[in-house]
Amino acid sequence: MQKRIMVSTRKGLFELAKRGMGWAIKDAHFLGDNVTLALHDPRDGTDYAALNHGHFGIKLHRRDKGKKKWVEIASPKYPEKPEGLEDKDGWGNDVKWTNQLIWALEIGGPKQKGTVWAGTMPGGLFRSNDKGKTWELMESLWRHPDRNKWLGGGADIPGIHSICVDPRSPDSVRVAISCGGVWATADGGKSWAQSAHGMKFGDGPGADEPDAQDPHMMVQCAGEPEKFWVQHHAGIFKSVNDGKNWTEVKAKPSSFGFAVAVHPEDAKTAWFVPGIKDEKRIPVGGALVVTRTKDGGKTFKSLKKGLPQKNAYDLVFRHGLALDETGKKLAMGSTTGNVWVSENSGDAWKLVSGTLPPVHAVRWA
Amino acid sequence: MAKVQFTSNLRRHVDCRTVEVSADTIHQALTQAFAKNERLKTYVLDDQGHLRKHMRVLVDGVAIKDLQTFKDAVQPKSEIWVMQALSGG
Repeated sequence: MQKRIMVSTRKGLFELAKRGMGWAIKDAHFLGDNVTLALHDPRDGTDYAALNHGHFGIKLHRRDKGKKKWVEIASPKYPEKPEGLEDKDGWGNDVKWTNQLIWALEIGGPKQKGTVWAGTMPGGLFRSNDKGKTWELMESLWRHPDRNKWLGGGADIPGIHSICVDPRSPDSVRVAISCGGVWATADGGKSWAQSAHGMKFGDGPGADEPDAQDPHMMVQCAGEPEKFWVQHHAGIFKSVNDGKNWTEVKAKPSSFGFAVAVHPEDAKTAWFVPGIKDEKRIPVGGALVVTRTKDGGKTFKSLKKGLPQKNAYDLVFRHGLALDETGKKLAMGSTTGNVWVSENSGDAWKLVSGTLPPVHAVRWA
Repeated sequence: MAKVQFTSNLRRHVDCRTVEVSADTIHQALTQAFAKNERLKTYVLDDQGHLRKHMRVLVDGVAIKDLQTFKDAVQPKSEIWVMQALSGG
């Protein structure tokens, strides 16, 4: 049973726990440092925390079950770039073969104890089979010629932010890339294929080119694993056939946003946090809402009870919304340093703290 | 012997005491400084072994120019500082 919420922020990692009827900050780690993402592995109780020190690079820390102390472990590292290799991204810029952000952390299959996946900028996917002691770059994806079509969206360089390990088989893995579409392997990473067909970013030339798509976040329904949701730069998309093709869904008050969560058993139920649009990344009308569909995207309800409805300029990043394993409890953190929890599927929210640093990610643990 | 020194900001994250080295170039000096401290190396150099973007190395008060292969010269009594730019936010 998940009893904690790990909140990764610009200036530390905060652990929330239940206190009385509500939630409260129980502990803080890495105070002052930029914690970009955390992961709890329920298979063995391990916690992971990814840090971006800026000057000193990307670091990864681990806390084993029952321990109080975090220990720095190996961070995913890119191999030596072959001398003379011309390696450009989709913008024509040279690709720097160095880890610039750990943007996704996920565990492997239930029987793959110790296996952890990491998505990074500038687009490398890594796997560790020993709890982060060593990391292996997925060369098959990194050396794929279409990687040179990938490009930075909001960031300057491309990156992998979503990793879905299929509950039917851990050899089936899908990753979403900003901007590079969705890539899928069915053989544990030996081969990869583009899987963003049907997504489109507008009406311009090449708008439906899969490699140019900017999925902001992708989630897979555990109970109906052939079904996926993507909050895309240009709207909301869903797939009901293993990502073979995607169809667009329209939501009010806006289809623009970063975060998405899907119910663990019912793929028709999903949550989003809308902003106005790309150039105006703030809530519509200064009123923060979470939108929820229960019918696969035919209709959406704006959930606002407990959320600020005046002068709210919170943005919820792609990892800033998380649903617990029961499908009832949601945690949400914003760039304004607000963290809320809902224990009734988003119908009502309670503010846990309004004074945290900007929130990168929330996760149940 | 030349000295390789690190700033307190870096010492907060990783053990990096001042070390004495016998070196003709920055490359030799850093190699010796990192020889028994692989973790320190990852804080100063990126995945390709180049100086991290906002790091600087000064030899006797002068910033080195070769940030990738570190060919800048070192004198027997040189003071080498590995430091970082300041950042806000």
